[in-house]
Amino acid sequence: MSNILELVWLIPVLPLIGFLINGLGRNNLSRGMAGIIGSGVVLASFIISVMLFIQVKSGANFDRSYFDFINISSLQLGFEFKVDALSSLFLLIITGVGFLIHVYSTAYMHDEPAKDFAKYFSYLNLFVFSMLLLVMGGNFVIMFIGWEGVGLCSYLLIGYWYKKEENTNAANKAFVMNRIGDLGFLLAVFWIIAKIGSVNYDVVFSAASLARFSATDITGITLLLFVGATGKSAQIPLYTWLPDAMAGPTPVSALIHAATMVTAGIYMIARSNALFSLSEFTMTVITIIGLATALVAASIAIRQNDIKKVLAYSTVSQLGFMFLALGTGNYVAAVFHVLTHAFFKALMFLGSGSVIHAMGGEQDIRNMGGLHKHMKITSITFLIGCLAISGIPGFSGFFSKDEILAGAFGHSQIIYGVALFTAMLTAFYMFRLYFITFTGKFRGTHEQEHHLHESPAAMTIPLVILAVLSIVGGYIGVPEALGGNHALAQYLSPVVKSAAHHLEHSTEYILMALSTVLVIAAILFAWMKFKNYQGEGEATGFGRILQNKWYVDEIYAAVVSKPLAALSVLMDRVVEKKGIDGFVNGVGRAVNYGSRQLRLIQSGQVGAYVLLMVIGMLVLFFIQLFA
Amino acid sequence: MDIKAYLVLSLTLFTIGIIGVLVRRNAILVFMCIELMLNAVNLLMVAFSKMHAASPVMKASVTYASDAQIFVFFIMVVAAAEVSVGLAIIVMLYRNTHSVDINFLNRLKN
Amino acid sequence: MGSYITFPELLIWLPLLAGISCFFIKQVEGAKSMAILASCIVLAVSVASLFYTDASKYASYNNVNYYWLKHIGSSFYLGLDETGRLLTFLTALSFPIIFIATQKNNYKNPGAFYGLMLLTMAGLMGVFVAIDALVFYFFWELALIPVYFLCSRWGGEKRIQTTFKFFVYTFAGSLLMLVGIMYVYMHTPQRMFGDGSVSEHSFALQSFMGALLQPGEQQWLFWLFFIAFAIKMPVFPFHTWQPGTYDQAPTAVTMVLSGIMVKMGLFGVIRWLIPVLPAATSMFANVVIILCIIGIIYASCIAMVQDNLKKLVAYSSIAHIGLMCASLFALNELSVQGAMIQLFSHGINIIGMWIVIDLIERQTGAKHISQLGGVAQKAPVLTIFLVIIALANIALPLTNAFVGEFLMFSGLFKANTWYAVAAGFSIILAAVYTLRMIQKVFYGETNSVTASVQDISFVEKASLGVIVIFIFLLGVMPQHIIEFTKEAVTALITLKK
Repeated sequence: MSNILELVWLIPVLPLIGFLINGLGRNNLSRGMAGIIGSGVVLASFIISVMLFIQVKSGANFDRSYFDFINISSLQLGFEFKVDALSSLFLLIITGVGFLIHVYSTAYMHDEPAKDFAKYFSYLNLFVFSMLLLVMGGNFVIMFIGWEGVGLCSYLLIGYWYKKEENTNAANKAFVMNRIGDLGFLLAVFWIIAKIGSVNYDVVFSAASLARFSATDITGITLLLFVGATGKSAQIPLYTWLPDAMAGPTPVSALIHAATMVTAGIYMIARSNALFSLSEFTMTVITIIGLATALVAASIAIRQNDIKKVLAYSTVSQLGFMFLALGTGNYVAAVFHVLTHAFFKALMFLGSGSVIHAMGGEQDIRNMGGLHKHMKITSITFLIGCLAISGIPGFSGFFSKDEILAGAFGHSQIIYGVALFTAMLTAFYMFRLYFITFTGKFRGTHEQEHHLHESPAAMTIPLVILAVLSIVGGYIGVPEALGGNHALAQYLSPVVKSAAHHLEHSTEYILMALSTVLVIAAILFAWMKFKNYQGEGEATGFGRILQNKWYVDEIYAAVVSKPLAALSVLMDRVVEKKGIDGFVNGVGRAVNYGSRQLRLIQSGQVGAYVLLMVIGMLVLFFIQLFA
Repeated sequence: MDIKAYLVLSLTLFTIGIIGVLVRRNAILVFMCIELMLNAVNLLMVAFSKMHAASPVMKASVTYASDAQIFVFFIMVVAAAEVSVGLAIIVMLYRNTHSVDINFLNRLKN
Repeated sequence: MGSYITFPELLIWLPLLAGISCFFIKQVEGAKSMAILASCIVLAVSVASLFYTDASKYASYNNVNYYWLKHIGSSFYLGLDETGRLLTFLTALSFPIIFIATQKNNYKNPGAFYGLMLLTMAGLMGVFVAIDALVFYFFWELALIPVYFLCSRWGGEKRIQTTFKFFVYTFAGSLLMLVGIMYVYMHTPQRMFGDGSVSEHSFALQSFMGALLQPGEQQWLFWLFFIAFAIKMPVFPFHTWQPGTYDQAPTAVTMVLSGIMVKMGLFGVIRWLIPVLPAATSMFANVVIILCIIGIIYASCIAMVQDNLKKLVAYSSIAHIGLMCASLFALNELSVQGAMIQLFSHGINIIGMWIVIDLIERQTGAKHISQLGGVAQKAPVLTIFLVIIALANIALPLTNAFVGEFLMFSGLFKANTWYAVAAGFSIILAAVYTLRMIQKVFYGETNSVTASVQDISFVEKASLGVIVIFIFLLGVMPQHIIEFTKEAVTALITLKK
């Protein structure tokens, strides 16, 4: 089996081939073929990834530079891959969840024309390729290639239905916000290059290199990297693109905007934990931003009525939890939560896709209700997702979230308090969503009700698989307090050194019990409030602010976009046309004017000429006299 | 005789000529003033020529002294030619326009 | 002087002769085929020259030195070095693409049009291979004058006005340079020619580099040369001739202007300014870089609110060129290497952009973003090409511009952190205006203007395909072009010390 290491390059190349076949042959491929090719290559990558995972688990490490990307004396940069415990885990998530979503898409996108169907799969494959580059890259630049690549695919897929301006606006917003983060990432990379002359992980994270960084360097680099992460992983202040990104097809939201791409920031920070651990300041910033994002997004989610928007804000909130874990040095918990979140959030997004499919494109939960009767599999799997994200004991979310909360408790009790409150909110809004959608009476049109049906097998099978994973996924990280040995932490230990505080087992029991009780209380509260949902009145006061998402978009528009546009118009109309070009044209005009004036001397009056001549002679005479 | 007297006379004539050219509008008078200026210069030339010829430095070669006088004849000839052509033009103009006012005669430029 | 004809000569004479003979061809097809054929032959010569790079072995292939104006110390001295080879290749590659992609445009008096285009090509080639200052100046003007006629005869409705401005502006710059050249010339040491004759001063590059100039003289000479090159590039605030000219010139000429002619300015900096005036260069480098960075941000901002597609590309080009110029003056290995790569990449990418815009304008008659929309529905293949090229233009990884910009930014960062931070905002702004353009022109619903748009034909696919191949080739494996230009970079940065 050692030859599997020789095949590592196939993992990203296979989706790339899928992209090329689907992209170039989109006019000739049938839907079936496009789906099979698109899903098949990802499945093949998944199989290789599994074999690779087994190898890595038994201690193998993979490091290889395939060719020189840029090789000059002040920078040696190879096209290199690195597969270790951390990246092999991400490989499994990307290809595994990715494959399920590809399969799901074959049914979900079936109403598209064959041409667009192939285009869709080519984009998805390109996304998988980029994401694989991101996690497999052996240096920051290869990571950045994937980093921008996934941003591009996200842009293309959000704007997939490009005829509607709303969608393309969302796509542009996503790309630009990501670019703001990317600038931070790039500057961090430049900083590293300026100091070390290399961007290879092994070189940068080696003790010798770390010693060459001053404290300012470390803080600067890590802060800039974190700016990059806030863009990609939708944290304050760059999170507003993610809810808008729901304009894309639902499987895309599941794959890109829940399970994989948005976790790139967490991957990057976990990968660079050697650097981050050295900067107390950055870690504090990450903690605060993560916590604030978790809380703000959860509060917004309470008042949203679009099924996908609720899930989107929930994603932002959960990502905030992950950053909270990173900030408290609890890297393993963050990665653990990435894993479990990938399962249950992909599950819920696909579930929502199933609902939307059944409702004929309707996304507003106020027009749903009582769907449990009509689509049992979707309903039950969705419920499992909700239980998992709420952190009910026994489900995967419980283990990962509990670990984050425990880490936060060890750090500061205030942070813990806020995080726990956010966890309660999470349970509340998720079950609000569940009860409004699946219980009570149907509130949509008659036609919609008639049309309600369970989705085809290609959609329900991925749901079931993800539901199972959402339950069992947590058992790879059972904490010692519950008699486990935390297999995940051990697996990751060569790469990620967790710096979390260790708590007494008794404290942990209390924390677990507390959070469980509070979460169940929140669920019960949601049940009472929404079991017979009949629509609610116009939101007032604070609810209105939440409904309008704290007016963040409006504030950004007023503070950034509009002034910038106004400034640009000012530059164009005034500085450019009147100022610089005005000056250039002014020079021409001055010459013109001067010539016109001089021409007047040429009057045609002989007397005038003679007078001028005499004056000239006198001037010459006097010059001669006095010089 | 002192050269200064000739200089003053020449300068006076020349100035009268210039002023005449500048202020008079009758073409014939302008013409006469030009002649006056030419003759002022001629007078100056002859005066200087005589002065240099009388100075001991110049005595060795007579040619220098006679140069200016040759020029005087030259100018006279040219002036005569000019007068004949100029007067002919003025006469023709008078026949066509019944005027010798130079300000009236600037139509050529259009 | 070799006994056979050398590469630089071929590169100049072939287009020159073809251009002159083009004037006598009356038929449209004849002139067109002549131009395409001639430019393809030049491309073949240029490709061949890429295989004879070794200076020690093939010196006689790449250098030629005719005794021309011996008594004033000038000779017809041409040579191909790395930078010259890169740019002559860019020129040779661009012209066939331009001719082929725009062949559906009809020009009145086609013989003259294609003739002038080929003369421009000869002039550009001459600029890139001249080693003698007088010859350089000669070709510098030779490249400019045909463009003047091309713009003023075949341009848009405001052509006379804009072309006059363009010509006077750039010509004023050239004259400043001429003054500079004459001044440096007067301070060069005497020159001994191969046949034993001696001239008091010399126009050769080597003599210019050895000219005895006081620091004070270097300083004002620097500005004479720099302004000439800055107008050509153009660098803020000397750029205002450019948007109007790009807008009004026939698109084929705009491609030449933006793809290759602006490189003359950068090339002038590489070949003449930095080597001849190294002390003043390091003295004023910061001023120039700051000027460039202001220009980058400024031009990007203006591009964001442009409605005219051609002006949008023009302003984005100002931003890109500003970055290259700043990188050259940062004078470290990273930045100069990046600028070298970008010299080539930018030329390729922007020609691709123009081809697409030309296709749209030819079909719809519209060049304003607000008039267009929904082109993607009608012309999906065109859209794919445009998206790839536009993304290359905003330096997405795995495209050619990423490598160049990445190196340039990291070089600027090394020179001064704040340079990279300030210039870095253009990365964001570039995304804003490019995506806005794609959205408004290609996405959305079609309207009456775009309803009749057809997708592109095979010929256009092929020419855009070549561009896309280069985009990815240089984007995925840039090491080849790095190896190719390494020596030039090293030579330039060692001048600093």
